[in-house]
Amino acid sequence: MTTTNWSDRSSFSVVGARRPRVDARQKVTGQSRDSSDVHPTGMLYARVLRSPFPHARIRSINASKASALPGVRGVIHHGNTPDIEWYKDGHVFEQVVRFVGDEVAAVAADTEDIAEDALRLIEVDYEPLPFAADLDAAMASDAPEVRPGGNFTEPEVYERGEPRAQLEQADVVIDGTYTTAAALHNALESHGGLASWEGDVLTLWDSTQAVFTVRAQVADALGLSLDRVRVVMDHMGGGFGAKQVAWKHSVLAALLSREAGRPVRLVLDRHAENLAAGNRNPTRQRVRLGARRDGTLIAIDVRIEAQVGAYEAGGESSDIAGAFQSVYRCDHVRTEQVGVFTNTGPAVAFRAPGHVEAAFALECSMDELARALQMDPVELRLKNYATRLQTADLPYSTPDSLRLCYERATEAFRPSEASPASGPSKRRGRGFAAHDWSGGGSPPAYAWIKLNPDGRVDLVTGTQDLGTGTRTGLAVIAAEELGLRVEDVHVHLGDTALGPYAPTSNGSKTLASVGPAVHSAARHVREQLLEEASSFVEERPDDLELSEGWIVKRGVPSDRVMSVADLTGRIAPKMLQGFGERGPNADGMAVRTFGAHFVELEVDTSTGQIDVLRVAASHDCGRILNPVTVESQVSGGIVQGLGYALMEERVLDPRAGVVLNANIEDYHVPTVADAPVVTHAHLDVPDPYANELGAKGIGEPPLVPTAPAIANAVYDALGARIRDLPITPARVLQALAERDEGADRPSGAAT
Amino acid sequence: MVSPASDVMLLVNGELRVARVEPRRTLLGVLREELALTGAKSVCEMGDCGACTVDLDGQPVYSCLILAVECDGHRIRTVEGLARAGGDGAETLDPVQQAFVECDALQCGFCTPGQIMSLRTLLDANTTPSDEEIRRAISGNLCRCGAYEHIVQAGHRAVELEAGR
Repeated sequence: MTTTNWSDRSSFSVVGARRPRVDARQKVTGQSRDSSDVHPTGMLYARVLRSPFPHARIRSINASKASALPGVRGVIHHGNTPDIEWYKDGHVFEQVVRFVGDEVAAVAADTEDIAEDALRLIEVDYEPLPFAADLDAAMASDAPEVRPGGNFTEPEVYERGEPRAQLEQADVVIDGTYTTAAALHNALESHGGLASWEGDVLTLWDSTQAVFTVRAQVADALGLSLDRVRVVMDHMGGGFGAKQVAWKHSVLAALLSREAGRPVRLVLDRHAENLAAGNRNPTRQRVRLGARRDGTLIAIDVRIEAQVGAYEAGGESSDIAGAFQSVYRCDHVRTEQVGVFTNTGPAVAFRAPGHVEAAFALECSMDELARALQMDPVELRLKNYATRLQTADLPYSTPDSLRLCYERATEAFRPSEASPASGPSKRRGRGFAAHDWSGGGSPPAYAWIKLNPDGRVDLVTGTQDLGTGTRTGLAVIAAEELGLRVEDVHVHLGDTALGPYAPTSNGSKTLASVGPAVHSAARHVREQLLEEASSFVEERPDDLELSEGWIVKRGVPSDRVMSVADLTGRIAPKMLQGFGERGPNADGMAVRTFGAHFVELEVDTSTGQIDVLRVAASHDCGRILNPVTVESQVSGGIVQGLGYALMEERVLDPRAGVVLNANIEDYHVPTVADAPVVTHAHLDVPDPYANELGAKGIGEPPLVPTAPAIANAVYDALGARIRDLPITPARVLQALAERDEGADRPSGAAT
Repeated sequence: MVSPASDVMLLVNGELRVARVEPRRTLLGVLREELALTGAKSVCEMGDCGACTVDLDGQPVYSCLILAVECDGHRIRTVEGLARAGGDGAETLDPVQQAFVECDALQCGFCTPGQIMSLRTLLDANTTPSDEEIRRAISGNLCRCGAYEHIVQAGHRAVELEAGR
């Protein structure tokens, strides 16, 4: 077991205080520089020509007219560019394009408009091929091959116990097929950035969650050593998972920049963003749950089909099966997950990949089970929640957290407070759902602290802040450890050349991975600081400590020996530096995050419109460093989950293979009018096994239980179960019609 | 395809700026690419998201939907023009900006300049907006991080700060 340094402390000076984020001022003044804002002298603009066909062989490309257009500085395509491997088993330019939006050619020009004009002058002779654009088409026995080798990934099967036999012996069996739609990340800043060469050194400013991953992938693609590629990301306009791998734009910009001898900006427009920069995989999940009459869950069996798209983009896998294996205590579980290739843009991780899709099917099935057993949905979960990680036979580090989340969410929701529906056609409903997820972090991650002559701190690490508040959290940790004000710490991140390695910002792990490295770097500086101070004041270092910018007598903060700035000024230009690294995780323990949501909504039965009124959210993210940014994450995740539940769907015409809403006009994301009132009921209990801070992540969890809680509330309101996301007004009206039709028929249909 | 460029004169954040632009160039394009004012962001280029919102003669507009040539001789204010230089060299934030900081009304910050300009123009026209009016003012500004709850709070806080000035 790791004894946490912070778990021994009784009080904190800056940890846990409500404070604005450290970069808020730059962001409200328009001064924070996003990767798509970088604009060096002589910069060219690049645009990409994309396939209009879902599947086609390129017979020939003639770019001579485009190249001849004044202002065009480079045109690259399959015919004039070396083969560069990309995706799993793919290339930057393919001779066979496999989805509408697949990259065919790229142009760099003096202005965006000239680049756009040049694209229209490129002549491509396509031979259209048969295609399969959705699950049904790709799984048909006579389906055209999306990729050489077939339309399926190797099925992943997990089994413990005898779930099929148990299902036959169960008192109650729930059997339902759920579908989820392709959701588009739509981070407001699209994928893109700038490539610039100085000699043989390539610098990329990229809107990315993973500067070191982008560096590795681009260096590999271009045959460069790692020191010749520098990837920078200062601020970014969101990522939500889709920016955790390098995408083709980085390589295309680098190739064009090398050809033109000038910096090249390549930023995807919204249309391209929504075709070719990732999506949350659509799924079909057949779930069977078996239970005893007393509510004990005895079997879980699920078969999952997930639409991969035309290529495997890499990054975090979409582990849909995982939630079925872990959330509930059950000895008999079988999961089978298979990926299906389709002629659509590649899927990629989207905020809690897999778990969000799974939570919808699993938590709605649990609601169905509760209804069948005539049990309270929370009571059913209290009877079955897991306290250990059953796949690895390890205890959870916080075995009570899921139960506490159930209880706190229920308490904060105040179910007894009923308010009447707002009109005769309106029906109110309440729904509950809960989840688990990762977020404890792990090594490796490194940080570096420089104590300046004026007593202020430069904190350097190669992590990223997607808007999650990483900068603020890391500044708080360093300030706490060094007895400084948060504003005395300047955080520098997102630069592979200047910062030590930090992992991809995914899996809600950034704070729990990088935070301890910062903590360790700060301790390293503190030891040196006290050592230096002891030589000035003739006290033993052990008898000194740091408080509010002062070196003080241990245990007597009012006995100030000298200020930190005084000391650093006196020893200058000698500089104290701290090097920190993330330590190992605790053995024999599984660290997880947990959460539960209670939702109240109103359905208009005449229009099918759903108004989510309020959400009570309880989450366990360990120790909370700043409640303000936690609440921002939770409220924001709920809004995104609401979009997933009610409106977000990439609509594709299966006959043409064309996405019909590759924009944010027709692809609806929530607006201020959709945002519900959120009551926060987080646990704020340090996890002693997670790391020495006791802190875990909160980036992804708030999205996970939102959609099933909403779906369960819709059932509560209507008495009709909608098993397909998003729950659009059309689906509500259809469900009502089917319910009423069913009520007219003699009973028996349900047996 | 390429039409002749012409000079436009824009009064941007109180300064006269001249740019040579093609007729098809949007106000957003000129602000970002010619005048280095990158607070207004390019997101959808079709008037859906509000990230490019600026103040044109006192009205909030989507600068991606307005041609630069249409703005010749007009007054434009962007997020960069809100903070005021103080006597000690430090900038004093506009009350709307200050409210966004205090309420954590932002996450990634990409929509923030647009949200702020929508609320700034609201408060210029109406010093005591209702909750409904605040919500309506930002109804055309998407926030993918979902910070709406805090943005609405910031709208109310800005009203308080402005009243106290």
